[in-house]
Amino acid sequence: MEKLIYEPWPWYLAGVLITVNVYLLLYLGKKFGISTGFKTSCSVLGAGKVASFFNYNWKEERWLLVYILGTIIGGFIAFQFMNGDAPVLVSESTKLALEKLNIVPNQSFLPSEIYGLEFFSIKRLLILVVGGLLIGFGTRWADGCTSGHAISGLSNLQLPSLVAVIGFFIGGLLMTFVFIPLIFK
Amino acid sequence: MKKDIRFLLVGIFFGIVLTKAQVVSWFRIYEMFRFESFHMYGIIGTAVVTGIILVQFIKRTKHKSVDGLEIFIEEKPKTYKANLLGGIIFGLGWALVGACPGPLYILIGGGFFAVIIVILSAIFGTFLYGLLRDKLPH
Repeated sequence: MEKLIYEPWPWYLAGVLITVNVYLLLYLGKKFGISTGFKTSCSVLGAGKVASFFNYNWKEERWLLVYILGTIIGGFIAFQFMNGDAPVLVSESTKLALEKLNIVPNQSFLPSEIYGLEFFSIKRLLILVVGGLLIGFGTRWADGCTSGHAISGLSNLQLPSLVAVIGFFIGGLLMTFVFIPLIFK
Repeated sequence: MKKDIRFLLVGIFFGIVLTKAQVVSWFRIYEMFRFESFHMYGIIGTAVVTGIILVQFIKRTKHKSVDGLEIFIEEKPKTYKANLLGGIIFGLGWALVGACPGPLYILIGGGFFAVIIVILSAIFGTFLYGLLRDKLPH
């Protein structure tokens, strides 16, 4: 039990528990898909006045905002009480690759070279802003993200989701092997 | 209100799972895209395989939701161009900031407040999509 609380969880446990999460949402009459929350946020903020895409009854997606609030609390609990900030130990070959990028391996969850707030950096700000734009624009255009397509969609054997996941990997590999080396040189 | 608490609890559960499995780590995503660890593939693979079994079980047993209605799993529209092109755009962002939408929120709970910039920017990105939607291939 102590091990379960304080040590990182193995992949098979996490995989099964993600499906438990999918089941619980289906049982509650909803579908698992987190990027929809960005759209809901746009609607709540009144984007429906400018673009009809956001003009719908967002109250039907209120549950998603509550669920998202829950995930934040879950993150807080795991980090505060379950040793959530244990260093993330990556493989030796990843370590070497990180050193070439001047990113220190085996930090906590996020590299301070991107997410650190100890000083202001235009470059870091740009990475976060551009990254967010790509995520928000891309997920809506693709009609889903990792949760809606890779988990829910593939579980339901949907071809559009397979196409989307192939797209995720094309973009991810391009960023990892072409752009990240340029950005962190 | 009472219904809301159920979603809050499921969200808490999901937040703990992704944190404890380190899915919310930039390093795990970077390692995944470099194919240097099985961890993330194991997680997604297990979730998909058990998910397929779950969906088949639900469909074949006509499993009912909490409201007593048969669970209906809506199909994604077949907008292959959008799935692929939007998917590529999202993949670029995912690998850069090392977090997809779920983990972005979870990381706020972990005290990484810089992710709020990513989330606000993502909401704006979704807004831009809404503006340009009619001009994009789907």
